[in-house]
Amino acid sequence: MIQHAPVLIIIIPLLAALMNLIVGLWRKRLCYLFTVAALGTCVFLSVAILDIVAGHGTITYKLGGWPPPWGIAYVIDHLNAFMLVIVSFISLVVAVYSKVSIEKELPEKIIQFYTLFLLLVTGLLGILATGDVFNLFVFLEIASLAGYALIAVGDDRAPLASFNYVIMGTIGACFYLLGVGYLYIATGSLNMADLSQLLPELYDSRVVLGAFAFLMVGVAIKMAFFPLHKWLPDAYTHAPSAVSAFIASTMTKVGAYVMIRIMFTVFKPYFSIEVIPVTAILGWLAVAAMLYGCIRAIAQTDVKRMLSYIIIAEVGYIVMGVSVGNRMGFTGAILHILNDAFMMACLFLAAGAIEYKTGTRNVHNFSNLYKKMPVTTAAFTVGGLSIVGIPPTCGFFSKWYLVLGAIDSQQWVFAGTLLFSSLLMAVIFFKVLVNIYFGSQPVSGAHSIGGNGAVVMDEAPLSMLFPICIMAVGILSLGFFSGKIISSVIQFTVPGSF
Amino acid sequence: MEIMDFIISKYNYWMYIIIMMIGFYAMIAKTNLAKKVVGMNIFQTAIILFFISTASKKGATIPIIQHGHGEAADIIHAAQYMNPLPHVLMLTAIVVMVSTFGVAIALLIMIYRKYNTLEEDEILEILKIENGR
Repeated sequence: MIQHAPVLIIIIPLLAALMNLIVGLWRKRLCYLFTVAALGTCVFLSVAILDIVAGHGTITYKLGGWPPPWGIAYVIDHLNAFMLVIVSFISLVVAVYSKVSIEKELPEKIIQFYTLFLLLVTGLLGILATGDVFNLFVFLEIASLAGYALIAVGDDRAPLASFNYVIMGTIGACFYLLGVGYLYIATGSLNMADLSQLLPELYDSRVVLGAFAFLMVGVAIKMAFFPLHKWLPDAYTHAPSAVSAFIASTMTKVGAYVMIRIMFTVFKPYFSIEVIPVTAILGWLAVAAMLYGCIRAIAQTDVKRMLSYIIIAEVGYIVMGVSVGNRMGFTGAILHILNDAFMMACLFLAAGAIEYKTGTRNVHNFSNLYKKMPVTTAAFTVGGLSIVGIPPTCGFFSKWYLVLGAIDSQQWVFAGTLLFSSLLMAVIFFKVLVNIYFGSQPVSGAHSIGGNGAVVMDEAPLSMLFPICIMAVGILSLGFFSGKIISSVIQFTVPGSF
Repeated sequence: MEIMDFIISKYNYWMYIIIMMIGFYAMIAKTNLAKKVVGMNIFQTAIILFFISTASKKGATIPIIQHGHGEAADIIHAAQYMNPLPHVLMLTAIVVMVSTFGVAIALLIMIYRKYNTLEEDEILEILKIENGR
């Protein structure tokens, strides 16, 4: 049973998505429990896979027993196993959270929501598990199509935002497919391990260079890397709150994973760093992404839109860590993928709970909110402090490694920009937090007793509060255990030549 | 003449680039959302044509191996058969393309019901008025 875990982790959510429709016909309420059970199994399997990989090294699972260059192989090393745990865990937490918020936001479409949600998880887990570049494209489109549909059921503006995402996302996916086609013409293979064996002889071929360019641009659109981020803020702002929490925390990180795979597994690290200076270009674009994301975020009043712009900056951090091309920077980037997934999930879940209770996303209306929702605002504070990078939250540690990496390769501008953007993030979050704790306005939408000051505590329901607390505690404990996470998993993901 | 030879010898790639750019232009420059979807379809079709054209070989036949019996069992020469793999890949890509098209059309219906138009500039105008309120 457990040796089939690499494929089961994809088959279980896929079958659960289809069975969800049947279960929904019988009892609408069971959909939620069914989804949570399926995702719980995924978490269990992903932890089991991580355990096997940590103990025995890379797993190669041959689908249907066909040997790798011909058949599709699922190759799981430390990096995938680590990402599988992140994505399946966050999907479970968001699924638990979604119960009340979806009943309020989409009362008519509960069955369809959970079906699409499971398909989205299937796609993301598939991208992570596969060792075949074309298979990756198929899963990328499964995830994207489910994502388009889930975003479109959000508020009034959502269909238009989703449509723009469809157009941009399709361009990205098609560029990726073209890149795969060029690689296939040049080598006759689609298997990642096989490609990395065959490609070094062809590194000066223009077909391979073209393939690399197409692959990078395609993935950059999918991960919303500056300047190809245009679709992201609209799409994430107008999606239902559970959807934006899940997509925001995982989709861009999975994109970053695909970029790392292409740069350092399909192509050898020395190709990406020396043969064509793609890491230098990416590094400077990452600097622009950090500044742009932070500066745009300062001007926003809608909390979800503010967080969406911060994602653009966070993607910049991850890419910068990869682009400096040394051990410290790469460790920081992988650690930041983990931390950012938790921070974004925490902040978006808290923002969703605030919207659920007060009906507003405008940060000016958050005045004195801590009196009404102490736990949610505390979690929001933890998430915000982590984004700024204050110890002992986990955000500090990944930024520490990223700065060390930038200094190590003497990229002073990168290190300076990282610190400067942390300051900008401090401006963004302290503005909101001051308003939450010391705001001058009375609490909006609160039932105050006796007129001044005394506000009745009115927290979000427990099924929302529990996931939010899990994420906040997760942020703190990831901070405490970051040394252990690096020594037991992340150090094995660093490419050999670094 | 060399340039002519260069163009003619790889005419399938030239055609796919031209078709792809027509679709790409429509996706980016057209303001009508329905035309953008049509452009998207042209763009994806061009990639499918590209993949299919890479599979063909001069003088090759369809990749179904005819096994003779006994003496007649002959050695298989890969050059005699077209490459079946791009066709298989494109079957999957066509499924992806059709579902993307379906999602895009469904979104267009939602947008049309909301704004009563599919012209992007008119929708932006409506949004501006909504924001002003």
